[in-house]
Amino acid sequence: MMDTNELIAALSIDSVRPPAPGRALALALIPGVAIAICLFLATLGLRPHFPSLLGEPRFLFKLLLLDLLAALSGALVLRLFRPGAVPRAAVLALAIPPILLALAICAELVAVPAAQWGARLVGSNSMVCLRSIPFLGFAPLIATLLALRYGAPERPALAGAAAGLFAGAIGAAIYATHCPDDSPLFVAVWYPIAIAFMTAVGAMLGARLLRW
Amino acid sequence: MYDGARVRVDDREKEWALLMRAGNAGDAAAYRRLLAQLTPALRAFAGRGLARAGASGADAEDIVQETLLALHLKRQTWDESGPLSPWLYAIARHKLIDALRRRGRRIEVSIDDFAEILPGADQAQGSVVADVSRHLGELPAGQRNVVHCIAVDGASIDEAAARLSMSNGAVRVALHRGLASLAAKFRSYE
Repeated sequence: MMDTNELIAALSIDSVRPPAPGRALALALIPGVAIAICLFLATLGLRPHFPSLLGEPRFLFKLLLLDLLAALSGALVLRLFRPGAVPRAAVLALAIPPILLALAICAELVAVPAAQWGARLVGSNSMVCLRSIPFLGFAPLIATLLALRYGAPERPALAGAAAGLFAGAIGAAIYATHCPDDSPLFVAVWYPIAIAFMTAVGAMLGARLLRW
Repeated sequence: MYDGARVRVDDREKEWALLMRAGNAGDAAAYRRLLAQLTPALRAFAGRGLARAGASGADAEDIVQETLLALHLKRQTWDESGPLSPWLYAIARHKLIDALRRRGRRIEVSIDDFAEILPGADQAQGSVVADVSRHLGELPAGQRNVVHCIAVDGASIDEAAARLSMSNGAVRVALHRGLASLAAKFRSYE
């Protein structure tokens, strides 16, 4: 038989300490992102003349926007590791990238004649975009979910969704260095579809894998 | 100005955080004292939660044990710079809700409804008692022996290693895995 005092005795002697949230996430992401980058280089690769393109405002904005989204959603994931931590600020911060994108769309609509809006929005590569972001985000998603298993998320589906958003943003940030469509109109239509898909997959997996 | 109860709660909060930090730094005695101090608070929390849900208080100790296991296995998620209570009660609430949900999934029949038909029916049949001791029996033998040796017989890591002819490292790992398996058994108990 074992009562509560005996349980406490056993708990206080157990000195094995699982990794803290930041460390768990970093250790999982290193292989996860490495796999994504290898897949990227093996299948898609950087756009030609990549360094000189960094002077292009549309291209640079696209990259920075997706990096920002990855950073902000990563901060939310870290928050959701911890029970009792209030995620409100981290959730509200996620509004920043869409607001920046909306401003960029306004600028684009001013800069480009209306006759070209449709072509810019449809782009030349939307199906590759929709396929590549989940393809590149898959390993980071698994890595993030594995790391979150060391956490104690109060709402497993929400934590999974945040993991999916984070992984989708990582996949998108990597894919963006290949993607030839730089218009904010394109970015605002196709990228969110792929990232939302990853978020939904993350929520579904999280509800199953992140119970504790 | 200050009412006594508030000051006592603040003191308690400070002491808990202090003990937890000491425990994180490797002070097993401080950690044990902390767990012993948390237990009555967790017991009161579980009792209140069960009463509010209209459930029998018979399961309170199960929830206390499950919460202790969870807060131990997830202790790395506490932010040392913050207070302990929000973290502690978030875990306690999570485990309470989990227990109530598991309970709701069973066909809940109050023994009172059958008092006349089943005089002297075994009380335990009507409750969801699934405490650590029951789950202990379901663990793999290696983990079970180590957990039993340390928890029930009060052995240290060294003593358990000598008695079970295992290395210290193997005992440590088996103890941790055993505790993690116990937590999983609670979770899967339907």
